[in-house]
Amino acid sequence: MKSEQQYIDIFTDCRGMIDQHSGGALNTLRDEAFASFARLGFPTGKVERYKYTDVPAAFEPDYGLNFKRLEFPVNPYEAFRCDVPNLSTSLYFVVNDSFYDKALPAVTLPEGVIVCSLKEAATKHADKVTDYYGKAANVSGDALTALNTMFAQDGLFVYVPRKVVVERPIQVVNISRSDVDLMVNRRVLVVMEEGAQARLLFCDHTVDEHRFLTTQVVEVFAKENAHLELYELEETHVKNTRFSNVYIHQERDSVVSHYGITLHNGTTRNLTDVVMKGENATTNLYGLVIADKQQKVDNNTLIDHAAEYSMSNQLYKYVLDEKSQGAFAGRILVRQGAQHTVSNERNANLCATKEARMFTQPMLEIYADDVKCSHGATVGQMDEQALFYMRQRGISLDEARMLLKFAFAGEVVEAIGLEALRDRLRHLIEKRFRGELGRCSGCAVCG
Amino acid sequence: MLHSSLWIYKNRMNNREERQNNTNGKKPNSDKKNKFVREVAEKKYEYGFTTDVQTEIIDKGLNEEVVRLISAKKEEPEWMLEFRLKAFRYWLTQEQPDWAHLKMPEIDYQAISYYADPTKGMKKDGPKSLDEIDPELMKTFDKLGIPLEERLALSGTAVDAVMDSVSVKTTFKEKLSERGIIFCSISEAVREYPDLVRRYLGSVVPYRDNYFAALNSAVFSDGSFVYIPKGVRCPMELSTYFRINARNTGQFERTLIVCDDGGYVSYLEGCTAPMRDENQLHAAIVEIVVNENAEVKYSTVQNWYPGDAEGKGGVLNLVTKRGHLRGANSKLSWTQVETGSAITWKYPSCVLSGDNSQAEFYSVAVTNNYQQADTGTKMIHLGRNTKSTIISKGISAGKSQNSYRGLVRVAPNADGARNYSSCDSLLLGSECGAHTFPYMDVHNDTAIVEHEATTSKISEEQLFYCNQRGIPTEEAVGLIVNGYAKEVINKLPMEFAVEAQKLLSVSLEGTVG
Repeated sequence: MKSEQQYIDIFTDCRGMIDQHSGGALNTLRDEAFASFARLGFPTGKVERYKYTDVPAAFEPDYGLNFKRLEFPVNPYEAFRCDVPNLSTSLYFVVNDSFYDKALPAVTLPEGVIVCSLKEAATKHADKVTDYYGKAANVSGDALTALNTMFAQDGLFVYVPRKVVVERPIQVVNISRSDVDLMVNRRVLVVMEEGAQARLLFCDHTVDEHRFLTTQVVEVFAKENAHLELYELEETHVKNTRFSNVYIHQERDSVVSHYGITLHNGTTRNLTDVVMKGENATTNLYGLVIADKQQKVDNNTLIDHAAEYSMSNQLYKYVLDEKSQGAFAGRILVRQGAQHTVSNERNANLCATKEARMFTQPMLEIYADDVKCSHGATVGQMDEQALFYMRQRGISLDEARMLLKFAFAGEVVEAIGLEALRDRLRHLIEKRFRGELGRCSGCAVCG
Repeated sequence: MLHSSLWIYKNRMNNREERQNNTNGKKPNSDKKNKFVREVAEKKYEYGFTTDVQTEIIDKGLNEEVVRLISAKKEEPEWMLEFRLKAFRYWLTQEQPDWAHLKMPEIDYQAISYYADPTKGMKKDGPKSLDEIDPELMKTFDKLGIPLEERLALSGTAVDAVMDSVSVKTTFKEKLSERGIIFCSISEAVREYPDLVRRYLGSVVPYRDNYFAALNSAVFSDGSFVYIPKGVRCPMELSTYFRINARNTGQFERTLIVCDDGGYVSYLEGCTAPMRDENQLHAAIVEIVVNENAEVKYSTVQNWYPGDAEGKGGVLNLVTKRGHLRGANSKLSWTQVETGSAITWKYPSCVLSGDNSQAEFYSVAVTNNYQQADTGTKMIHLGRNTKSTIISKGISAGKSQNSYRGLVRVAPNADGARNYSSCDSLLLGSECGAHTFPYMDVHNDTAIVEHEATTSKISEEQLFYCNQRGIPTEEAVGLIVNGYAKEVINKLPMEFAVEAQKLLSVSLEGTVG
């Protein structure tokens, strides 16, 4: 049986149940999504953007789906220890794909700022959600986005009104918790009105040994002169499969920075699509991957420069150990008329063993002549001379290697705006390289 | 040797000078230095003429009968027919790929005639001297400036001129055969050296390789065969001028170069084609085998008819080129200057299986008007300490699309593999596109793979600098572009380099105003 069939069947069988436990705009888009999923099927290796991740195989196993929104007993404070110390945040939890509203932070957000369950927002703030939901996501062209749109019942809604600056970072901890193998379809909608500013930090954790399959679609709308920093930190386990599609729409003068950090995972596939619709917009995409065992990480980006004077920077770094496999494909598209675009893309990779494998594919597609675009990609290993230098000075080989890897990863860490997160990451990365990081940094399970 | 090359160059220049004078009479005020460029801009495609030769063309269409007929006409042995038939049957099961960044017109494979023989009507054994060659054909070669005649022997260039499908005249064969070098048409090689051909044909590009390779394997008409025996350095540069002539006849060349242990050869290929309205299909295969300590240089200047300013007509150039570096310390270098063809779709590739083998790829691709190019290379590192270099320069103007697509793969056993790639694009005009799609697949921790690419336009500062010093903008652009492409042009043999440089200026004429 083709693996998409079970999803088609389950959708037709459970449509009523899915609708009943969700609401508003989420339900209206399902038919369209279903039609395009049925048409597209799971992307195979022949689909350019999915050639490095075997999607049908990832969706083949039997996973449970929680359409009835049964509550999983969970104590978020278990996971609270994963928090970044010294970082004062407004902390929220999303358990699997449901917003956890039993332990809301005591902080008060600036007036008009909404951080709530997407399901709740679909009825309470129906106008806002309807205006944006599904407008950035490529439901008709991307099978995984279509699948997520078919099944998504809940998730997170963040709204920052005009000219409001949210000083305190908003931290959202996504916890995967289940007693059976579970598939989670999470949906996030972030709307930044004109001149709004915010910092969002998503941390992904698993607290169970079970297999998890997460699909996530994040839609970000940055209006004129809005500033957003979006951090995604993944610390899950080897049986976790993650498909995350992030869609960012930027208006003029907006600045969006996205940081994707994969410290521990099973199979991860991150897609980041940015459309720069307004002039003078800036996008920064950073990625750091540290992988070993048989971990797989695939980052796929597309920056669509659709207006003049826009600027983008991309820096992705991979450290691949043991039998891990990394892939990076970054496409920069400069449309006709998008003059004075400045775009840089860099991907550097370190293969630490013979079995580690790296695919990299930086792409430029340019239809305007007055632009400055460049990309660079390297795959290499540690500098023998640097190792020798350190060993001469009495530093053991392992330590020297660790230092070099640490320095290599450092470039991405230094680009992070939140100082406390930077410190924490340095610590985590060092632990990770020392092999002390069990599964994730500090959950109750890892101790 | 150098003298004679210069002589040819001078001779060609004189010819061009004459043509310039013809058209330039109407423009008395034209800048003397810029004369050539202006003249070319105003005139139509220089090589657009059709020679009326008694061509024997078989009926349009492709089926097993046609394949058998081609084989029979060429008096091929049974195994060759089998090879063609296997390829044809495989081709039938395949679909034309569509992954390239190209807008291809639909090709009706049944509307093409797969065989044209311009030498039929002559003596069966082929021409023995120049007098026996059809005078019309000779004129064509004269117009193209092919140094076919004996008096050009001093140039040190042996020419296997392919016009349509059958080799007309091969010079210097005797001189080469003294050293045991075989340089002849592939159909002749099939008859004369069946063992060699059978051993190597399809060993680098199997008929199952891709759609167009299967098509070519089934219907290939003619091409060149080169064999360099052990320890022999080929004393001259070998060149073949391809020319598509008969209307509606696909040209399916097949080139096979085998360079045995310690041998060396430099092979040149240059192309021009007459003006046509329909798209002309050109699906060639070039196979190169490089054995231990051997070195092969393959240079191409491709200037086929690119279609008119509205994008009508032009040649579809869909070529599979691949070299296999089998032996240790072998070397292969591809150099290409691509200025013609409506669509160019080719990736001259190298499989580096010998330890310490080295491969190079130098390319300049220029597109103007509605031309489209999707070109690049593949470097497959299999052996230890293998090295590859990729230098690609794309120049797009008008409404053209120019893409670089390349793959660097390092296999698990390719310890110490090293690759450096650099792809630069230059945009002249706001309606053209320049794209880079490099793929890297590294499966070895000791490999070092680097890639960098930049896209930019000619800087205002550089232009201003030139203008300040009295160099008009048009000329300045030519200067800058030539400087930009120098790295690649320098790799070409001298006379080719001169031609390539001119081609660059000509192809880009009228793009800056």
